[in-house]
Amino acid sequence: MPQVFHPSTNTFSRVSIFGAVFFIGAMLWGLALINRSSYVTRAGVAREQPVPFSHRHHAGQLGIDCRYCHTSVERSSYAGVPPTKTCMNCHSQIWIDSPTLEPVRASFRTNRSIQWIKVHDLPDFVYFNHSIHVNKGVGCVSCHGRIDLMNLTWQENSLQMEWCLNCHRHPEQYLRPREQVFNMTWTPPTDQTTLGRELLQQYDVRGTHLTDCSTCHR
Amino acid sequence: MNGKPASQSEHTAAGALQRAAARPPRLDLATIRQRLAGTTGQAYWRSLEELAQTDDFQWFLENEFPRQASGWISAVDRRQFLQLMGASLALAGLSACTRQPTENIVPYVRQPEQIVPGQPLFFATALPLGGIASGVLVESHMGRPTKVEGNPDHPASLGATDSFAQASVLTLYDPDRSQVITNVGEIRPWSAFVAAIRAALEGQREQGGAGLRVLTETVTSPTLAEQLRQTRAAFPAAQWHQYEPVHRDNVVAGARASFGEDVDTRYRFDHADVILALDADFLACGPGHLRYVRDFTAKRRVSGERNEPMNRLYAVESTPTNTGAMADHRLPLRASQIEDVARAVAGGLGVSVQAPTGLEAHAKWIAALVRDLQQHRGASIIIAGDEQPATVHALAHLMNDALGNVGRTVVCAEPVAVTPTLQTQSLRDLVADMQAGKVAVLLILGGNPVFDAPADVLFTSALAKVPLTVHLGLYTDETSQLCHWHIPLAHPLESWSDGRAYDGTITIMQPLIAPLYDGKTAHEVLAVLSDRPERTSHDIVRDYWKARYGGNDFERFWRKTLHDGFIADSASPAKQVTVRPAASIDALRSSTTSDRKGLEIIFRPDPTIFDGRFANNGWLQELPKALTRLTWDNAALLSPATAERLALTNEDVVELAYAGRTLRAPVWIMPGHAPDAVTVHLGHGRTHAGRVGSGSGFNAYALRTADAPWFGSGLDVRKTGDRHPLASTQHHHSMEGRPLVRVATLEEYRGHPDFARELEETPGRDDTLYPAEHPYQGNAWGMAIDLNSCVGCNACVIACQAENNIAVVGKTEVARGHEMHWLRVDRYYAGDLDNPETYHQPVPCMHCENAPCEIVCPVGATVHSSEGLNDMVYNRCVGTKYCSNNCPYKVRRFNWFLFSDWTTESLKLLRNPDVTVRSRGVMEKCTYCVQRISHARIDAQKAGRPIRDGEVVTACQQVCPAEAIVFGNINDKSSRVAQLKAEPRNYGLLSSLNTRPRTTYLARIRNPNPEIG
Repeated sequence: MPQVFHPSTNTFSRVSIFGAVFFIGAMLWGLALINRSSYVTRAGVAREQPVPFSHRHHAGQLGIDCRYCHTSVERSSYAGVPPTKTCMNCHSQIWIDSPTLEPVRASFRTNRSIQWIKVHDLPDFVYFNHSIHVNKGVGCVSCHGRIDLMNLTWQENSLQMEWCLNCHRHPEQYLRPREQVFNMTWTPPTDQTTLGRELLQQYDVRGTHLTDCSTCHR
Repeated sequence: MNGKPASQSEHTAAGALQRAAARPPRLDLATIRQRLAGTTGQAYWRSLEELAQTDDFQWFLENEFPRQASGWISAVDRRQFLQLMGASLALAGLSACTRQPTENIVPYVRQPEQIVPGQPLFFATALPLGGIASGVLVESHMGRPTKVEGNPDHPASLGATDSFAQASVLTLYDPDRSQVITNVGEIRPWSAFVAAIRAALEGQREQGGAGLRVLTETVTSPTLAEQLRQTRAAFPAAQWHQYEPVHRDNVVAGARASFGEDVDTRYRFDHADVILALDADFLACGPGHLRYVRDFTAKRRVSGERNEPMNRLYAVESTPTNTGAMADHRLPLRASQIEDVARAVAGGLGVSVQAPTGLEAHAKWIAALVRDLQQHRGASIIIAGDEQPATVHALAHLMNDALGNVGRTVVCAEPVAVTPTLQTQSLRDLVADMQAGKVAVLLILGGNPVFDAPADVLFTSALAKVPLTVHLGLYTDETSQLCHWHIPLAHPLESWSDGRAYDGTITIMQPLIAPLYDGKTAHEVLAVLSDRPERTSHDIVRDYWKARYGGNDFERFWRKTLHDGFIADSASPAKQVTVRPAASIDALRSSTTSDRKGLEIIFRPDPTIFDGRFANNGWLQELPKALTRLTWDNAALLSPATAERLALTNEDVVELAYAGRTLRAPVWIMPGHAPDAVTVHLGHGRTHAGRVGSGSGFNAYALRTADAPWFGSGLDVRKTGDRHPLASTQHHHSMEGRPLVRVATLEEYRGHPDFARELEETPGRDDTLYPAEHPYQGNAWGMAIDLNSCVGCNACVIACQAENNIAVVGKTEVARGHEMHWLRVDRYYAGDLDNPETYHQPVPCMHCENAPCEIVCPVGATVHSSEGLNDMVYNRCVGTKYCSNNCPYKVRRFNWFLFSDWTTESLKLLRNPDVTVRSRGVMEKCTYCVQRISHARIDAQKAGRPIRDGEVVTACQQVCPAEAIVFGNINDKSSRVAQLKAEPRNYGLLSSLNTRPRTTYLARIRNPNPEIG
């Protein structure tokens, strides 16, 4: 009986067996890439909002302090998204006929909230607290990026757990003096690690506790 | 999975119940007695099944998650199984890549001043039950009330609450609450109701309202009283009736017989050294029970150095209660015999009353009790239960007077109720008028008389004769079905009102949320009868208080009162009374005592759903009853001896024939129950309770008559041969006779304070293969539970459920051991079957330093924190259940199905936003309320200080009226928890396993009278 398979088939089968290992590896690598891509994390994607609010204009060019709108950032887990009333403090005086601002005026008139799109959206099993970060010297920029340069707001970082842990494992590399927290343009000194270690001591940041699961998950 | 092929029906929930029902009776009480007689020393047992070592029990014990294979609907072969597993593995990996759905932020338009998103606010108000208000603080997250706490400054609460108050938030958000005003089934606006009622009243005006009747529950509200007074001024011939099934007629009648006037009796357990409870469950129910628990347990604290005296409690009771479980001496007697004991003790104390007969067997017990009471004149209390007839109350008053207790431990005061009424008589009068056609308009403000009126007071048929009937209620219940109008009642957390505590302290109740379903308060419905029908309850209450206060700084008074939660010094003052002589008592003798043929039937409010009003509350339905550990059902409770005589066993259905009526009920054998008596709990068997409550148990009101509301003789019990499965948590997670509850008498303890530690050997710190310990340099959290204080009230279980978003699973799942409570209260018996000692032991997660659960988790979903918490990470958990298998304490709970309700809109408002709502397939357990720890830590860190002792209060600790649970930092040697753990009574559960639990217990101390032994 003649051979069914040509001898070269051996080569094919060897290649495909070894190739399968690489193929699976490549698949996993691809999955990991997708999982970290901005398609999944939405990092770097500017989001459409009912009103095209520009942080660049308000926080950057006009220099309004973060806390004028995000009032509870130092006191509560939520930084707080301003009520329509805060917008109307100014916009009852300026740009009162702007069609772009009609949803704001409509909200104020009808007493119905503006439905903003959530840009920084953590999973429901994560409990993040703004106030403790701000009080311990984590700058707004450290997580939110140069928000004062964004027209439409986007999420600067992946907000994935590995990203959180970068800082929770090595907080000394990211801390800044408390008075610089809201400063968008503060640049870390060359010996950030030395400053960071001093601040850890000064602000009583305990390293061991930062990586406990229950610090964020409960 | 076991390899046995199993039929399909066996795998379904119904199959499981059917199978349970088909079990033959296997309880052999004679064997049990023999076994008990053969044991030496202190033998603890949890249930009769355990003692009998029945097959069922063994099976339950060996299968930690019984019937776990029942999730499979059909048999699956190996090939299919691998296919399924392969597919689910692939899908599980992919699911990690899902994107977050787009979510919205919905800020306020105009933000209220005090609200900081993420920071809860607390408001003081009160929750009434049986007319008696208990002060509470309610946590509100951006306008949604989520959790009730006690008001620490309120005299009746002192920071504690009971399980009913804890569960009230679930009732508030209950989707089954009535949501619209209806007139004979048609939805109508409020204005139509106002028009209808005012038209009817016009016809009444000429006759002075002779056809107008108002039926309420017990009223203590000063504002409502004023409104009723005004109504009667406008309609002088109108009548006001009061009725609720758990009434205090006996207390009222007893006081009238003794003092000739209406007097409330309050007790000062903080001054009492010897207490005799005559069928009185003062630690579990009734006005002031939270305060009584605090005062009573404070007199039982013993510690190593101090040689303080400890109080001694004698309980004579028919049906076992939590008070009986706390007693140092307990005498089970039929309810009708309690009066005899009271007479015997009174005789011993020198009160000349007719002497009883038939107590010869207990003569020594009674004589010792009398001597003990006489040695503590002015420092003793004799308290009669609400269920005992007026004679017993009168005898108790006489005895307290003879002992010089009145004015010291027993305070007589002006009554708290607006008009103390004999409510059964009041309802009877109303029904007589209704039947005679004298009633034209009947307003039923709260209550459910169609369901809970005595069986021989024919309320239902009389109702049909009234031309216009109106029912105000939380649900469209049995009464609403038969009334012309139904008005949704505003929940107390939605209402402006006022009410008085057991001592008379007044609280002005404020709403936490606007009525969800446009509910009305009793104030608003009564206002319809006045000339200003559109007044809101806020205006009515405020105007009343403005007029009553009179001063010109009313605004300050109003704000301060709302803020504090009560009006300072508004308790009703003590009153000088003279007790009438004993001769008048004998005339009172109730008719039931003379007739003692056959078995005796005892009616009691249900320990968890009370008179039936909480029937649709899943938390309370699923709460295991303190002593029977039954859920979702009531049962005919009887003593082992009686069951033996009648050849009955657990879950046998019997026919109870009493006073010409019959009722079918399943049997539950209750160790310690009085012989020849059967206890049935009221409140079950509802037909229109809602989706949760309809159909649970049997309706015991069907047997209850007006003359014998609490007990009566002449009961006949007949076995039917049917079986009804009951879902008890009794023998789940049994710990098989290890020294779990440790008990000594006061004398033994004084001689040998270390007894508890020596009962079990604790290996050295290094004798372990577990990885080296964490250093725990900062906080090290720990908990101490004092078994000497715990009265087994179950409030901690519901508090935990409310705080931690714990799901309800239903009767079928409880029967399979799938209940989700993070904290359970185990009940152990010791000694004799007929009158055992009863112990309660709350068991949360032990947070072991050498935690067996952690080392077996393949995905690191349960890990140790740097502060010693045993963290549970839901998002990592893949549901292997290895942790639970390896947990020696059986405190882990698995979400076998999607138990949490993720879809009902109103229940979304109920959740604590600081705790994850768990999904199917993950393990969960007690976290030591880690959300509260985080909150306190962040506050402390922001302020740059350490967390103070007492700053972190767990939900179970906060609710406990006995202060039995203490939580804190054990590294801080001055903390309360560290001091308790340094007590000689402190011991760890299963310490021989060297798990080093952070939760430890303080042994129970009993204080028996040496004369009785």
